[in-house]
Amino acid sequence: MSTKAQRGAGGPAAAEQPGSPQETVTISFDGRPLTAAPGQSIGSALVAQGIVAWRSTRKGARPRGLFCGIGICFDCLLTVDGATNQRACLVEVCEGMQIEGSCTPDDGSRA
Amino acid sequence: MNDTTTGRTERADVAIVGAGPAGLAAAVAAAESGAAVVLVDAAAQPGGQFWRHRPEGIVQERDGRGHHGWKTYLDLRARFDAGRERGQITYLPGLQVWMAEKDDAGFTLRTTPTVAGPVGGPAVAARRLILSPGGYDRQLPVPGWDLPGVMAAGGIQAFLKGNGSLPGRRFVIAGTGPFLLPVAAGIAEAGGQVVAVLESSSPAAWLPHLGAAAGVPEKALEGAEYAAVFARHRIPYRTRNVVTEVLGSGSRGSSRVTAVRSAKVDAKGKVRPGTERGYADVDVVGFGWGFTPQMELPLSLGAETRLDADGSLVGVVNERQESSVPGLFLAGEVTGVGGAKLAVLEGLAAGAAAAVRDDAARAAPGLHAMARHRRFAEAMHRAHPVPAGWQEWLTPATVVCRCEEVTAGQITEAREMLEARDARTIKSFTRAGMGWCQGRVCGFAAACLGQGPAAPPSAESLSSAARRPLAAPVGIGELAALEPSDS
Repeated sequence: MSTKAQRGAGGPAAAEQPGSPQETVTISFDGRPLTAAPGQSIGSALVAQGIVAWRSTRKGARPRGLFCGIGICFDCLLTVDGATNQRACLVEVCEGMQIEGSCTPDDGSRA
Repeated sequence: MNDTTTGRTERADVAIVGAGPAGLAAAVAAAESGAAVVLVDAAAQPGGQFWRHRPEGIVQERDGRGHHGWKTYLDLRARFDAGRERGQITYLPGLQVWMAEKDDAGFTLRTTPTVAGPVGGPAVAARRLILSPGGYDRQLPVPGWDLPGVMAAGGIQAFLKGNGSLPGRRFVIAGTGPFLLPVAAGIAEAGGQVVAVLESSSPAAWLPHLGAAAGVPEKALEGAEYAAVFARHRIPYRTRNVVTEVLGSGSRGSSRVTAVRSAKVDAKGKVRPGTERGYADVDVVGFGWGFTPQMELPLSLGAETRLDADGSLVGVVNERQESSVPGLFLAGEVTGVGGAKLAVLEGLAAGAAAAVRDDAARAAPGLHAMARHRRFAEAMHRAHPVPAGWQEWLTPATVVCRCEEVTAGQITEAREMLEARDARTIKSFTRAGMGWCQGRVCGFAAACLGQGPAAPPSAESLSSAARRPLAAPVGIGELAALEPSDS
């Protein structure tokens, strides 16, 4: 399909050219910069980087990521540019987007 | 959407909810019959789930590779766009309806943006309303199904259609119904490995229904197409097989799917001892047990419902697709899960009927074709039932309600100790169905567990599970804005 949109070479220089289609966008996830393709959902951008969970449940602290994929289940909630409870499967990435999850990877320090 | 404010009201003859096959067809038919139409859809662009495609500003999908009925979509889309250009169709994408009300003048819809924005959505007022909200994958819980990497089968397909990429490398697709075939074929054609497709039903289940199947020959062609894809990619299709457990590794935040356990089942869905096997190195499991129509809006307006052959609660309609509520029309999966072709026919009929001012009984178009497709859908439902014995695959610790983390043990205890039999009572005792998704995902399973293993859930129980005070989550501000009525 679109090799142009999927090639990950672009970088910030390409993203800043006004009017030309961007090859990649740069987003941040929990403060970490990530490269994504324009038009991708946040969920797809995270999964492409091997991040499959970004929320923990309240009771069991169980990890959650994409499940229904179409906005029904609300499992994939995260914070986008300060707006809480956004569905990662529905929101498209855009340049400079700041995404925060609430899932703490287990490093043994959590009670 | 810059001028969108919560105070604005869009007015039309006909309001339509949903831009999938049924909603698009309804909009086109109503506009071409001369009505002024407003169409509200949650997605950013038309197509619904069936014709979900890459963002049009980024990728143009002219050839329709990976889609079915793409020519129909292009035709409806061209007519839809023409209606917009004529000023007859007002298209409001990116909005979810969170409340629908009826009064003497007609219907009013309250909307909220699907994705958070600085402003709320407008109200929509119309004399007639067509609801074509579609459906989503029906789910049955199984140990491990809440691990990251487990997805709805339709969610995997949506991921592929919307992003042009796959959510993993090695997939197991399981559940029941013909929909598992296009999901698996799509994965294989996109370069993923389908380790197995596990279908709980048996091919022999189709034998009593061959007559109905012969009435829709295009479905046989579609089946042959998938068979060719399965052969080309060597995808094992194992009937009378189910996933009994999804296994993960890593603890807490880092855990995800790594493997699957399966077993053969008998006709009732009972696991046959000694048939267990494992599939290693699996990173995505897709489950689909048929579909659940989105019934909250029809229910909130008081539309009469019935149980369909697949056990789903659906709306009752007449030959013009009109529900028991005058002026309220239903099209697509909410009248019974039957696929995109039937949804288009129903949408066309509903759109034409809703646009007509006097109700002089005019024969709806496509009645024979609709009857053929409904017979096929019913045969499909009967050949791919939810296996009666599925509750035995659970352990007391299996999570049923993913939002509130309610286990199968808690629900059966509420049933046995507290006599909680219907989904609503179970909800009030256990909180199953009370979280973010409002029971959309666990509602069917919770209703089954409340009923016990002997019988499927009643229409009343499913209806109590699908009744939601708000059809979509909204902010306090949007609720408060209702107080000083703007009518």
